[in-house]
Amino acid sequence: MHRFANPARFQRLASIILPWSDVLTAGLLVSGLYFALFASPADYQQGETVRIMYIHVPAAWMAMFSYSVMAAASAASLIWKHPLADVAARAAAPIGAGFTAIALITGMLWGEPMWGTWWVWDARLTSVLILFFLYLGYMALVNAIDNPAAAVRAGAILALVGFVNIPIIKFSVDWWNTLHQPASVIKMGGPSIAPSMLLPLVLMALGFHFYFVSVLLRRMRSELDLARVRALEDAIALNSEEAAA
Amino acid sequence: MSSFFAMGGYAFYVWSSYGAALLILGGIAIFSMVRARQASRRLEELKRAAPHRRRREEAANGA
Repeated sequence: MHRFANPARFQRLASIILPWSDVLTAGLLVSGLYFALFASPADYQQGETVRIMYIHVPAAWMAMFSYSVMAAASAASLIWKHPLADVAARAAAPIGAGFTAIALITGMLWGEPMWGTWWVWDARLTSVLILFFLYLGYMALVNAIDNPAAAVRAGAILALVGFVNIPIIKFSVDWWNTLHQPASVIKMGGPSIAPSMLLPLVLMALGFHFYFVSVLLRRMRSELDLARVRALEDAIALNSEEAAA
Repeated sequence: MSSFFAMGGYAFYVWSSYGAALLILGGIAIFSMVRARQASRRLEELKRAAPHRRRREEAANGA
């Protein structure tokens, strides 16, 4: 695993992966949008609002996926002190926060016409709102601590403690009474959704995953570059101090 | 075509959803891209300014 801890090796690997993940993101999202908006039927109960699902459901999956990546990277950073793990965790946070915001916004825009309300304080909606605040809290905490080692540690612990929220989100629709419908794609016995609606859903979900990879790698890359910039600036400052002394 | 944009009377809800997703994902992608470019450009500048620093700086990175 530490084979990939070498930043130079990571940068090479990232520059091989990035063109592929960029092309796959664009291709999957364009074809996903085509099926989501044009080549799929309106729902017999929900009418055209069913098209909100093709954004809402993949975004909600990504909100949980991004947090899982962040928590796994935080565990790797705490246990193995893997130097890239902490960079990955910090790079994943804003992407996850973005997907969570999309899930919340599109959920409200879907809830208003279909349930007759923008928001209810039930288990599913509340636990996803908590997820959003966990992301924001993580980013604020990591940025607020000046000592890098302490920031890494505190952020990793917060990310891991917050991980209990992920199974709560997943099973909230089974454990508590809620307006939100239960799982219809990822469940025992296979998906209970028409193939014409499953296709755009899968395409959008795959597109979002490759988007995540592309943005994560770019953010990790600039984080590593900035660390080297700081090291070089310190070295230059030290040099000129020595010259002046 | 106008019936497509009308979305069966749900235009506001459907298009706001797609618009919000585009705005947020596009914003994060563009911001990350600009930041990555600025960081690598600044790094190249510093490397050119202090080429003799290269070895020590790479050693500090564990390369």
